[in-house]
Amino acid sequence: MDAPTIIAKRIAQELREGMLVNLGIGIPTLVANYVPPGIHVYFQSENGLIGTGPIPEHGMEHPMLTDAAGKPVTALPGACTFDSATSFGLIRGGHVDMTVLGGLQIDAHGHLANWVIPGKMVPGMGGAMDLATGAKHVIVAMQHTAKGKPKVLNKCTLPLTTIKPVDMVVSELAVIAFPDGRATLMETAPGVSVEQVAAATECELAIATDLHEMRL
Amino acid sequence: MKTIELAEAVAKIPDGATLMIGGFMGVGTPERLMDEIVRQGKRNLTVIANDTALPGKGIGKLVDAKLVGKTIASHIGLNPETQKQMIAGTMQVDLVPQGTLIERIRAGGCGLGGVLTPTGVGTVVEEGKQKVEVNGKTFLLESPLRADFALVHAFLADYHGNLSYALTARNFNPVIAMAADTVIVTAENVVPVGVIAPDHVITPGPLVDFLVAH
Repeated sequence: MDAPTIIAKRIAQELREGMLVNLGIGIPTLVANYVPPGIHVYFQSENGLIGTGPIPEHGMEHPMLTDAAGKPVTALPGACTFDSATSFGLIRGGHVDMTVLGGLQIDAHGHLANWVIPGKMVPGMGGAMDLATGAKHVIVAMQHTAKGKPKVLNKCTLPLTTIKPVDMVVSELAVIAFPDGRATLMETAPGVSVEQVAAATECELAIATDLHEMRL
Repeated sequence: MKTIELAEAVAKIPDGATLMIGGFMGVGTPERLMDEIVRQGKRNLTVIANDTALPGKGIGKLVDAKLVGKTIASHIGLNPETQKQMIAGTMQVDLVPQGTLIERIRAGGCGLGGVLTPTGVGTVVEEGKQKVEVNGKTFLLESPLRADFALVHAFLADYHGNLSYALTARNFNPVIAMAADTVIVTAENVVPVGVIAPDHVITPGPLVDFLVAH
């Protein structure tokens, strides 16, 4: 199983019946492929859609039915559309139960940096700051390291996305949560040792009392 | 509401004007107005919009033609030309969180003095802004935004200028239609009064100054 699949499958286990969920672009989008059977969740696309469905078949695209990257999507039965003020009212107002976002860095207290690398990559924050600040439950989906360097750090060196700590980070190596504001190793990926996770992480990790292996 | 020819509508926009433009990655952007602005070569425009789309699409056409002096947007990551002009210093870009941007526009259109939002507190976004505490929570005071023109794309427009929108092409359109001195609309379909049921009108006709003829 490759890293994005491990991450997406594990995060999908956090989905619960009836949740309103917003998935960021990249690995987070893959979570929609692993919704547990028997569970119905609503996916929001922040450009103004609840009920986002799979990518349309060739020739079935609608130019006015797109995701937050401007790419064609479908709408599932029961879908609804709305303007951007309503869309961000849903996000900022705490109506979105869960968001899954990509991450560049996370610090020991769960602070997220994911929108800019000054001087190198300045795409704009889009909806990331509102999502990370306003969604009830924030999960970060990211590879544990970038070019061999840890992304879970003592302190973020990149500008923060929000000062509200995230709830959980899922990488191809581990699940890390932040109970009492402290990075805590909750789960390890199959075949990955605690030492391997620690070696790929800059900050010190507390170990959960019920530490176990991810059940994929 | 007045019906107007495309060229005449764009002729009303002076160089240096501030434009709010509907659309999200070009979806729901009035493309005919973009093409005509490029043809007439309006210069030094300020654009307020969610994003600058892609080169060759929507607002990206204005960027390609180097007509934009300043952009206020939430995301420019998918338009390398915008980034190039920003880095070269020929275009000023103010990046604003998307939810803050749309609420600032909404505030501008609704006569409010600003917005209190938790988004951006403790980040670079708060620099230079007043912080306000309400019921023990900290918010940023974000100022309202208005424009000289709102360029709106609707799905249906009736002869009175009532508008409805399609699917995800709605996005910023109905919000900017409230926040500009002059509102210019293009529509996929112009229909008789009554085709849009009163309950299905999203933008009330009296907000629309000009409906561009097909």
